[in-house]
Amino acid sequence: MDFMVFQYPMISVQACLDGILLGILFALIAYGMALQWGVMNIINIAQGDLVILGGYIAYFMYLYGIHPAWGVIVSPIIMFFVGIAIYKLVINKVVDRDLFISILATFGISILFMQLMNFAFGADVVLANSDYGTTMLFNNNVVLPNSKIFSAFISILFAICLVIYMKKSKLGRAIRATAQNARAAKILGVDTEKVYAATFGINAALCGVAGALISITFTIHPYMGLPYTIRSFMIVIVAGLGNLPGVAMSGMGLGVFEEFADYILGTEFRIGSVFLLLVLILVYRRFKLSRKREYLK
Amino acid sequence: MSISKNNLILYIGILVFGIAAPFLFPAFKVQLSILCVLIVLATTWNIQGGEMGYNSFGNILFYGLGMYLCASVQVGMFFPLAEWTESGGEKTFVHTPAQFFQGMAVGLIVAAVVPTIVAGLIGYSILGLRGHYFAICTLGLGVAAGEISGGIEIIGAGQGFTTPPFPDVGSLDSRGEFFYFLSFFVLVLTFIAVRGIYSTRFKLILNAIRDNEDKAEAMGIETMKYKIVGWMISAFFCGLAGGIMGGLVGYIDSTDVAFDGREMGVFMVLMAILGGKGTLWGPIIGATVFHIFKEGFWTFFLGWQYVALGVLIVVIVIYFPEGIMGWLREKYPERFGEVVDEKDRKAQVELK
Repeated sequence: MDFMVFQYPMISVQACLDGILLGILFALIAYGMALQWGVMNIINIAQGDLVILGGYIAYFMYLYGIHPAWGVIVSPIIMFFVGIAIYKLVINKVVDRDLFISILATFGISILFMQLMNFAFGADVVLANSDYGTTMLFNNNVVLPNSKIFSAFISILFAICLVIYMKKSKLGRAIRATAQNARAAKILGVDTEKVYAATFGINAALCGVAGALISITFTIHPYMGLPYTIRSFMIVIVAGLGNLPGVAMSGMGLGVFEEFADYILGTEFRIGSVFLLLVLILVYRRFKLSRKREYLK
Repeated sequence: MSISKNNLILYIGILVFGIAAPFLFPAFKVQLSILCVLIVLATTWNIQGGEMGYNSFGNILFYGLGMYLCASVQVGMFFPLAEWTESGGEKTFVHTPAQFFQGMAVGLIVAAVVPTIVAGLIGYSILGLRGHYFAICTLGLGVAAGEISGGIEIIGAGQGFTTPPFPDVGSLDSRGEFFYFLSFFVLVLTFIAVRGIYSTRFKLILNAIRDNEDKAEAMGIETMKYKIVGWMISAFFCGLAGGIMGGLVGYIDSTDVAFDGREMGVFMVLMAILGGKGTLWGPIIGATVFHIFKEGFWTFFLGWQYVALGVLIVVIVIYFPEGIMGWLREKYPERFGEVVDEKDRKAQVELK
C-alpha cells in the first residue's frame, strides 16, 4: 500500500489524465464488443487476443521500418478479414446456440490465438516506438507522452466514423435492424448471415485499430489478451448495449481506476484488481436487482 | 441408494482394478494419480455445469486455494513459512516422515474445509448471477485469485512455492504409491458422495433449477440454499484434489499450477462436456478419454499442445456438445431406461 498519490496532488492529476487517455482506448474495444453482443448475442472471449494480434501487425510494420502509426490503417484492414474468417469457420455455428457454447468456443479460439502468436512473435514484451515525444503540463509536473494523446484522438475519430456509418449506410441500417429483431429483418430481405459476418469483421477491425494504438502507447505480449476482454465486458455491462456515451464514460472511469490501483496497490496487483472489480460490479448489480426480484439477463 | 447386482459387480471390479493399478502399471503411477484428480474435478464441476446449469469457470478457485492451503499448513506447522519460501526449496528445513504425514493430514483437512467455507460465504453473492454473467464472473474470480496470490510474498509471490519433498521411508516407490492411493481414496469418496447425492431429491432440485429456476422457485423450493450447498460440495472435493495435486507436483506457481484457468480450469469443463454433462458416468469417461488422449498424443505435438487444445475445445463444443454419454443415449435409448415409441420417433424424423 502506497498513499503517495494522495499526498502529492500532481500525481493524482497524472493518474487521472493517464487513466482517461487509456480509458478511451478501452471504450473503443468495448464498443466493438457491445456491437457484436447486441447483434449476434455472442460474448467473444477472444476479443482481447484480436486486439493483441492487431498490435503485432503494427509492431511488424515498425520492425520493417514503416512508422507504426500507419498500423492504424493497415491493421484494421487485415483484422477485418481475420474476423470474417473466424466467423465463417467457427462463430456462424454457434450464433443461435446457448451462450455458454459461444463463450467456450471463443475461449478455445483465444487459447489458439495466444499460442499461435507466441510461436510467431515470441514471448517477449514488445512495443513499437513512435518517437512522438512528450508533452509537459503544470510546470513540468505532469508528463504526457504524445503517443497517448494521439491514440486517444484516433480512437475518438474511429468511434465517430463508425457511429456515422451505422446511422447512414445501408449496411449500418441492416446491422441495427438485425440487432432489434433478426427474424423480422430476415423476412424483410436482410441477409442476416452477411450482416453477422460484417459485424464480426467490423468488431475485429476495431480491435485491430485499438491493438495498433496499444502497441504504440503501451506494450504487447501474446498472453495479455484476456484482461482486455474482461475490461471490455465490464464496460459493456456497466454502460449497457448500444449506449456510446455510457461506454466512453465507463471506459474512462475504468482507466482512472486502474491507474490509481496501480499507484496504491502496486503494479503486480493491477490486473488482479481489474478482475476483482468485475466481480464486485456484477455482485453489486445482482444485489441491486434482487431487491426488485429480478436478475441480470 | 440401492445397488443392483450388475452394478455391484462393476463397482467391485473397478475398485479391485483401482487398488491393483499401481502394481500392474508401476511406470504410470503419477499419471494414474493425476487421472484420479482430473476425474474428481470433472465430476464435481458436473454438479454445477451439468446438473444445476451454472457453468462455472471458477471451481479452479477452490482447487488453487486447497493447493496453497495444504502446502502452507504442511510447512507452517513445523517451520517458519516465510523463511521456507525465501529459501526456495533449499534443504535447510527437512520434514521427518512423521511430520510430513501429520502435516499432510492436517493440511488436507484445512484444504477441504476452508474452500467449502469460502464457497458458502461468496455463494450467496455469486450464485445470484445467472447464465453467462455467472460464467464470466467466476472466470474473473479465478483469474483474480491467481493474480493476487502471485503478489503475496509469504506464499512465494512470483517465484513459486516448493511443497515439502516426500520423506525417505525406505523404498523409492513409496512416494508414487502414497499419492496414488491418496488420490484414489479421494476419488472413491467423491464418487460415493456424488452418487449418493444423485439418488436423492437434491439432484431433482438441481435439475429443476437448471430447467427453469423461476418455476422451481414458484414451486416453493428455496433455490439459493440448494445452489450454495451444491457449490460447497464441489468446493470441498476441489480443495482436496488441489491439496493432493500440490504435493504430487511438488511446486506451486500462482498462475501456472494453482489458479491455472488456462489449463486446469478449462480442462474440467472440457472433460465434463466431452463425457456428457448431466450424467454420473459422463465426466468420469470424459476425463479418462481426455487424459489418455492428452498424455498419449501431447508429446507428438511438440510445443503445439496449446494450439491442439484450442482446436480441440472448439471442435468438441461445436460438433460434440452432448458428449459421449449423450451420443450413447441417442444410440441406445433403451439401455438408459427410456421407453421409445417407434411411431413417435418416426413422426419426429419426418418433422425434421
